[in-house]
Amino acid sequence: MTTQQAPAIQVRGMEKSYKELRVLRGVDFEVARGSIFALLGSNGAGKTTAVKILSTLLRPDAGTARVNGFDVATQAAKVRESISLTGQFAAVDEILSGRENLVLVARLRHLAHPGKVADDLLRRFSLTEAGGRKVSTYSGGMRRRLDIAMSLIGDPPAIFLDEPTTGLDPQARIEVWQAVKELAESGTTVLLTTQYLDEAEQLADRIAILHEGRIIVNGTLAELKRLLPPAKVEYIEKQPTLEDVFLSLVGAKA
Amino acid sequence: MSKHFLGDTTVLLGRSLRHITRSPDTIITTAIMPIAMMLMFVYVFGGAIRTGSDSSYVNYMLPGILLITVASGIAYTAYRLFMDMQGGIFERFQSMPTARSSVLWAHVLTSLVANLVSLVVVMLVALLMGFRSGAGVLAWLSVAGVLVLFTLALTWIAVIPGLSARTMEGASAFSYPLIFLPFLSSAFVPTDTMPGPLRVFAENQPVTSIVNAIRALFAEQPVGSDIWIALAWCAGILVVAYAFAMNTYRRKIS
Repeated sequence: MTTQQAPAIQVRGMEKSYKELRVLRGVDFEVARGSIFALLGSNGAGKTTAVKILSTLLRPDAGTARVNGFDVATQAAKVRESISLTGQFAAVDEILSGRENLVLVARLRHLAHPGKVADDLLRRFSLTEAGGRKVSTYSGGMRRRLDIAMSLIGDPPAIFLDEPTTGLDPQARIEVWQAVKELAESGTTVLLTTQYLDEAEQLADRIAILHEGRIIVNGTLAELKRLLPPAKVEYIEKQPTLEDVFLSLVGAKA
Repeated sequence: MSKHFLGDTTVLLGRSLRHITRSPDTIITTAIMPIAMMLMFVYVFGGAIRTGSDSSYVNYMLPGILLITVASGIAYTAYRLFMDMQGGIFERFQSMPTARSSVLWAHVLTSLVANLVSLVVVMLVALLMGFRSGAGVLAWLSVAGVLVLFTLALTWIAVIPGLSARTMEGASAFSYPLIFLPFLSSAFVPTDTMPGPLRVFAENQPVTSIVNAIRALFAEQPVGSDIWIALAWCAGILVVAYAFAMNTYRRKIS
C-alpha cells in the first residue's frame, strides 16, 4: 500500500493519562483522505487530547498514530509538515494585523512569496478590507476565519479543527461551516472535534462518538441513525426554530 | 539544531519587536520606576547619605538603578511568553514545521533588546541629573557586557514562570524580590553601617559584586576581584536558570 492510498489519519489503541486520570483508554479510528471526520463528545471526553497527540504536542502513553503515513512519535517533523492545527481558541496574534499574521505563518512555513500568499487568503476569506487592521479589533467570526486561513498556509494535506465554532454566534458559525466545506471540496482531510451534534450532522462524512476515553460508535450519519429503532411517522406543525428567526431577521444567507 | 533555526528565530524576533514598538508603554513602565527611584534617592535621601566617596550620589547609585531596571524589565518577558502560552499561538508554532526552540529564543532576544533600550533611557535621565564618567571605551564595553550577561541570566529566570504560570499575576510576581534585592546590597548605601547578619548577606549576595564592579568601571578605579565574582554570579545564575527553563519547556512540549 502506498501513502497515497493509505488513510490520512490512522489511530490504533491510543492511550493517554494525566497522572491518575485516564483520558484516552484505547482509541481506534481512521480518516479517509479528503473527507471530513467529526469526533463528537461532551466536555472532558478526550477530544482535545486526541488532537494534541495527532499534532505532536503530546506523546501518547500507548498505541500508535499515523498522519499522512508518518508516525507521530518517530516522524514528528514530517507530521508537522503534513498538518495544521486550529486550536480551541483562535490562535492569532492580537497585536499584529490580519495580513501580518498570515505573512508570519507563511514565513515560518518557509514559503517563497509570503505577501502574495497572505493577500490571496485575505481575499478568499473576505478579509481584504480588514487585512490592515489589528486583530484585536476583529469580531469573533472574523478572528476564527483568520485562524482557519492561517491553517491553510502551505496547503497541508490534513487540518485539525478543535471545536472551531465554540463561542461563536450563529452567523459566524455558518461562515466557519462554509469554510470547512470548501476545504474538503479542495481535497484537504479535515478532522473536526465538536460538542454540537448539528455541527457534526452538517459537516461530517463520518462521525465517531468519543465517550469516557473510548470510541463508542463510528459511522456515517445514516449508519448512526440506523442504530435507533426506525422512524415513526408523526404529523407535527413545523415551527421555525429560534435560529431560523434570528437568521432571517439579521439577514444571513444560510 | 534545525536548519531553519536562525531564519525562524529572526522571523519570530521581528514579531515580538513589533509588539514592543506597538506598545512602547512596556518600555516606559519598565524605565519609569527606576527613574522615579533615582529622582527620590538623589534629591530626597541623597543629601543625607554618606557614601564615603567624593563623587556625586547619582554616580554612586546608578549601577544599582540599572540592575533594578533589568529586574523590572524581565517581568514583561514573562508576561509576553505567558500571553503566547495562553492564547494558543505557542501551540500553533509548536505544531508547525518550524524550528521549535526558535519560539523560546525569540523571546529571550526580545527581552535583551527591550532591556537594553530601557537601560539607555535610564542612562540618559541619569546624564541629565548630573551623572558623569570619564570611563574609556573598554570600560564602557565591560559595563555593557556585564549588563548583557545579567539581563540574560534574569531573562532565563523569567522564562520559567512565563512557561508555567497559571495567572498573569503569577507570571510577573517573581520579579518583585529581584527588584528588592539591590536594597539589601551596596547599591544605595555602603554596607558598613548594616547590622551583622544583614551585612553578611549584603556583602555576599550577587548584586553587591555586580554593583561594585560597574561602579569601579565608571569611576576608572581598579575593579579588583569584584568583576570576577560578578561574572561568576551572572554565569552561574544563567546556567542554572537555563537548565530549569529548558526542563520546564521540555515538559510543556512533550
